[in-house]
Amino acid sequence: MTYWQKKSSGKKTPPVWAVGLCLGLLFLGLGIYEGDLTAIYKKAVMICLECIGIG
Amino acid sequence: MEKRGLAPIRLKIQIIYTILTNGYLYGYISGKIYKGGMKYACVPGLNCYSCPGALGSCPMGALQNALNEQNLKVPFGVLGFLFFFGSLFGRFVCGFLCPFGLVQDLLHRIPLLKKYKRKRLPFHQVLKYGKYPVLLGLVILGSSVLFTGYVKMPAFCKYLCPSGTLMGALPLMGTNSQLRSLAGGLFGWKLGVLVLLLIVSVMVYRPFCQYLCPLGAIYGWFNRFSLVQIQWTKEACISCGACQNACPLQLTPPEISVSPECIKCGQCIKACPAHCLQYKSMGGNKLNSNDIVTDITEDM
Repeated sequence: MTYWQKKSSGKKTPPVWAVGLCLGLLFLGLGIYEGDLTAIYKKAVMICLECIGIG
Repeated sequence: MEKRGLAPIRLKIQIIYTILTNGYLYGYISGKIYKGGMKYACVPGLNCYSCPGALGSCPMGALQNALNEQNLKVPFGVLGFLFFFGSLFGRFVCGFLCPFGLVQDLLHRIPLLKKYKRKRLPFHQVLKYGKYPVLLGLVILGSSVLFTGYVKMPAFCKYLCPSGTLMGALPLMGTNSQLRSLAGGLFGWKLGVLVLLLIVSVMVYRPFCQYLCPLGAIYGWFNRFSLVQIQWTKEACISCGACQNACPLQLTPPEISVSPECIKCGQCIKACPAHCLQYKSMGGNKLNSNDIVTDITEDM
């Protein structure tokens, strides 16, 4: 498709990265609603014994 | 964007990022970890949240923790962070925003074992798929079905993750005698994995990232369509091979940026004498003036 065809087609599809970004924000919103971020926090503020090779 | 790209300042960006995301100095002194509100959020790169200095959470650790829940549900929170960072950056995160990637980069600069220095391991074309079994086997399946007693375990963190050993275990055990006394066979295994990877890093460019990192496998899927891209202008290319020689992963121009292996480090941009490679944001449908002129002459 030439530049002029693109210019005149008038159709604007969102770039894929923008769709992915919106999905990411949607998932984050759902995660906050479901309490996932609290679960992340609870795990992250305790020393992870498995991570350091003890648990 | 400047023609020479970000390659000349990549090391500075990596160091500043690592210091900023692991800047809880009190943790290194006291042998304790940060417990503030920033740990609600995941950082983009592999960064053990048991590192005494870590200010954010590790996305791989958080994903496994979600899969460790007894009632399996979709881990929307972690997926949100992965989609967010992946859509914006793809594996640019690996090249610029991963502390363990920085460690491997620095080790590869050491002018030792020059005779054995290489970009890839033998059987690279097979081994490069190793990160996918790690993701599926250890991170997803392992965390969903393997147990320690009655509790599910984060299998990747427990058996493989070298970032946890280097950034979590060693600094914590250095200052916390209680933890040191608990170290046993599992710690010996993890230390062995770390030491092996660090030694291989001196010879081979980023062996963990190329062959084992599950986070790299995830961001690799985003590489083709992420916002940050390296654009190759085929028409301007003189096929000199300078980009492939400069690429630490030996990628060819058509593979640059779109291959799941490309970490978008920008070495190709720096090396290209014809300036036909440059960082560009995706989705702008940008055409340069030459394309427009060609179209006009075709229409006439």
